[in-house]
Amino acid sequence: MPEETSKAVSRRRFIMGVIAGGAAVSAAGYLFRASTHHGNAPLIGAGERLITLNVNGRQRRVDVARQETLAWTLRYNLGLTGAKLGCDRGECGACTVLIDDVPHYSCSVLTHTVRSRKVTTIEGLAAADGTLHPVQQAMVDQHGSQCGFCTPGFMMTIKWLLANNPDPSEDEIRDALSSNLCRCTGYSQMYQAIRAAIDAEQKGTKQELVEAK
Amino acid sequence: MTDFSVIGKSVAMIDAAGKTTGAGKYTDDFTLPGMLVGKILHSPYPHARIKCIDTSRAKALQGVVAVVTGEDAPNPYGILPVGHDETALAVGKVRYVGDHVACVAAVTEEIAEEALELIDVEYEPLPAYFDPVESMKAETDLIHENRPHNLEKDYHHVFGDPEKGFAEADYVAEARYIANEVTHAAMEPHCTLANFELDPHTGKMGRLTVWSSTQVPYYLQHKLSLVLEMPMSQIRVIKPLVGGGFGGKSEIIPLEIIAAVTARAARAPVKITYTREEVFWAHRGRPRTIIDLKTGVKNDGRVTAVACEVIQDGGAYCSYGVVTILYSGALLGALYDIPHIRYDGYRVLTNKPACGAMRGHGTVNVRFAFESQMDEIAATLKLDPAEVRRVNLLKPPTVTVNGLRVLSYGLPECIDQVITRSGWAERKDKMPKGRGLGVACSHYVSGAANSIIRSDMPHSTVNIKIDRDGGVVVYTGASEIGQGSDTMTAQVVAEVLGCDLARVRVIAADTDLTPIDLGSYSSRVTFMSGNAALRAAQDVKKNIVSAAAKRMNCAPEDVIMHSDRVYKRGAVAGDNDSEAAEILQDKEAARGHVDGQILRGSVLQTRKEEGPKEHMSFEEAVVSAIDFHGALTGTGSYAPPTEARGGKHKGGGVGPSPAYSYSAQVADVSVDEETGEVTVHKIWAAHDCGRALNPVAVEGQVIGSVWMGLGQALEEEMIWKDGLLMNPGLLEYRSPSSTESPEIECIIVESVDPEGPFGAKEAGEGSLAATIPAISNAIYHAVGVRLRESPFTPERILSALRAKKGMKRIEMTESVDPTAPVKFREHGGSLWFRGKGPTRHALDPSRQGSQAGSVAGGER
Repeated sequence: MPEETSKAVSRRRFIMGVIAGGAAVSAAGYLFRASTHHGNAPLIGAGERLITLNVNGRQRRVDVARQETLAWTLRYNLGLTGAKLGCDRGECGACTVLIDDVPHYSCSVLTHTVRSRKVTTIEGLAAADGTLHPVQQAMVDQHGSQCGFCTPGFMMTIKWLLANNPDPSEDEIRDALSSNLCRCTGYSQMYQAIRAAIDAEQKGTKQELVEAK
Repeated sequence: MTDFSVIGKSVAMIDAAGKTTGAGKYTDDFTLPGMLVGKILHSPYPHARIKCIDTSRAKALQGVVAVVTGEDAPNPYGILPVGHDETALAVGKVRYVGDHVACVAAVTEEIAEEALELIDVEYEPLPAYFDPVESMKAETDLIHENRPHNLEKDYHHVFGDPEKGFAEADYVAEARYIANEVTHAAMEPHCTLANFELDPHTGKMGRLTVWSSTQVPYYLQHKLSLVLEMPMSQIRVIKPLVGGGFGGKSEIIPLEIIAAVTARAARAPVKITYTREEVFWAHRGRPRTIIDLKTGVKNDGRVTAVACEVIQDGGAYCSYGVVTILYSGALLGALYDIPHIRYDGYRVLTNKPACGAMRGHGTVNVRFAFESQMDEIAATLKLDPAEVRRVNLLKPPTVTVNGLRVLSYGLPECIDQVITRSGWAERKDKMPKGRGLGVACSHYVSGAANSIIRSDMPHSTVNIKIDRDGGVVVYTGASEIGQGSDTMTAQVVAEVLGCDLARVRVIAADTDLTPIDLGSYSSRVTFMSGNAALRAAQDVKKNIVSAAAKRMNCAPEDVIMHSDRVYKRGAVAGDNDSEAAEILQDKEAARGHVDGQILRGSVLQTRKEEGPKEHMSFEEAVVSAIDFHGALTGTGSYAPPTEARGGKHKGGGVGPSPAYSYSAQVADVSVDEETGEVTVHKIWAAHDCGRALNPVAVEGQVIGSVWMGLGQALEEEMIWKDGLLMNPGLLEYRSPSSTESPEIECIIVESVDPEGPFGAKEAGEGSLAATIPAISNAIYHAVGVRLRESPFTPERILSALRAKKGMKRIEMTESVDPTAPVKFREHGGSLWFRGKGPTRHALDPSRQGSQAGSVAGGER
């Protein structure tokens, strides 16, 4: 069946992407080491430990070891424990955060590589007054999470999906979510939540249009 | 009582927002001042004597605070009283690759890992056993000295007269089925944080507090007490949010004890989190099971007798093994009416990680065999597979031949539902080539009627305290692991008290605060803890009602608590309670809401002036009750009735339950005959949960179970090579991703159990077992090949298709596992394989000489 094939390919392609990303990260680590070893002019900030990160719209100063992953920094140095470590090797997606609005496995990103970039974690998803993001609300209402361990990662992936594709087809949702694993729900009620959030959003938009008129 | 206000409504989980915002805390999210990181050294050998361990170099490393070995905590323990065969860290011997040898507590993870490299362990390798049939032949080098032939336990049960039953049969089917090993792979890796307080009087190590990802905080408290030789009252176990269990956290995992032992040695808080690979080695999953099944039937499909021999590859320790092998036999009963049963079960020790309890404990693999054989019988006798099941239904209330009491029985309706919804009758004979439908049924206990540690203690107790402002606090030992236990408890209490769900706060699973509860396993929480919550709420309600009766000048029987209101029967002519309460709510609003706040004077003082009332708010009733009775508390507990505790035969304690859930499923699949790939298009699953207390949560549990069964049916398998797990990662283990997960339609069937809380039974496990045979039966219907070994991978299907066409069979599991790599790969990120993988095998005696019998999965 052609549509099934395309799904399988897409998952594989996704994994390849992850591996490529990992390779880039390793290369960065290599560069850091190389520059100090040979006494060349170090890359900017390569030897620094105290760095500034833009996390959830705030500038955070943090002491970071050279090979520390972003997941580690967020969880154990910044107290942002929403991103979970389910495997620490780029398999499960529980640690997904947005870097410049694109989902990344934070367990496979070195903190030093995101210094000039914008990091958004699950803690930055709700509005400042605590109002849940529509997808968060839908996940609560539709029972989209059970144990909840994978939920923060899924939330970030879904946010990215809807930001880029406000009305995805079911296949597009399945494709996008294949970067993350869940072991409780069978994904089913998660789809319902996403669909509910999209519907609510569209209704809201229509309402706004009506009101504007 | 059908006019429910909270029960039967789909309500959001009371902890859902914490999970979607990342605010909810799991064990690994906690840190304590001065906390150290623990890392564990594991055995590289499947079976070896430890000649000596030298930790001096590790201890000398800067940043290392403590190094502990087996000698620091040698007391044996195990989840079952008959299976105390584990120690926290190996004492004298290691029994599987990954067995725990030593633990380092250091200031950083890097230092701890470096220290592991500096621990020198001298091993003397012993012959190892990887296949249960080979293992049973062992005379020497036993895995446990007190278990001859490496046989953990065997049971031989005869119920009725099987010989007579087979003699009466018109047709006897007989076949061997194999279900390969699967694991829970919960998303949260096991994690434990242990901290000793100093005794304020003596300054010595005092009370221990443990935060752990566990399904069974009270068992953990008990085992910690055994190993650390401390009274249970000096140990506090707190269960934060748990990221999935599925049975993998339903017993004591070594790291939970090791963290405490290491914290004691280091005199500092220690946190240990398993790596994903360590989680796979911790395992305790569903064992590889070899089932020889024989079923006698009449020409109409009526079963006359069943004989079943089961061999389970249990791994290196007992774990829940004795219970698993008993469940496999006991739950042959209680689904269909089988007059005669013979059961022979063998739980065998091998040099692999211990198997334990996993969702559908003990029943799943045997159910796969049984339901497949039903389908084979239907095909041979040219009967409709659904009809074969219908003619074998039980007629409850009844007690089965093996002593299981069945009261509520929704299986007939489950079958009707899935057959209708799937369009079985119309579609079955018109399926296009390569596409098929399959049906299967399953069932499961709503908690075990007999606890693991035999006693007359109630299985669940719940306490309630109601504050003066109407806040209801429920204390329960039940462990929320994502299944919705806290929400269920709150719903039951809110329903009984007729108050808003938002008033109820649940404090759960903290051994210092909450009354004892056996934990979250065997699907026992809704039935047992739910009943305890119901009784606790009724207990506290008595006092509210009697106070309200005095204030309203009526008999207590005439006091109604509904929709957050308390009123006198007949105060308003409403058709039902909720309508009456609604009208009263409006009246109350019109004349101003009365708050029962602490700061307001006693209601008693104003009572006389006001005269008798017709109705009042929940708060006002609560304040009245406190004024009349003092502190407003209630307690309730539940123990299964003696009639439900089963037969008296040896091993008869496992299998009986106060109630059984039922499930029927139809799977719609297509098989690509070129590639052997199976696509599941849809599964219809009807589940009898007695009464759905929270339908959306029931659906979540049923869909989750079916989905996990789908994983075991199609993809998931632990692949071993000489005791070495070849796929210890989530991608390699192949738990289904979103693109491989079909639509699952859940149909809730409510049989309303006479003993369940509001009639409820279990929902979280019973559906899993039917999925695997439903898919295998659908594959048979699609392409005419019978898959008797799970998972149904493309290789196995191609092989069966070739055999059917008379082509040479592709030998896959006969000589060498085809999915296992030819060369050992480096285990990325692994602590104990770093560059040591291949060299281990040169030394391993089991590798020397013939390979026969040493390859896991080699037995046929």
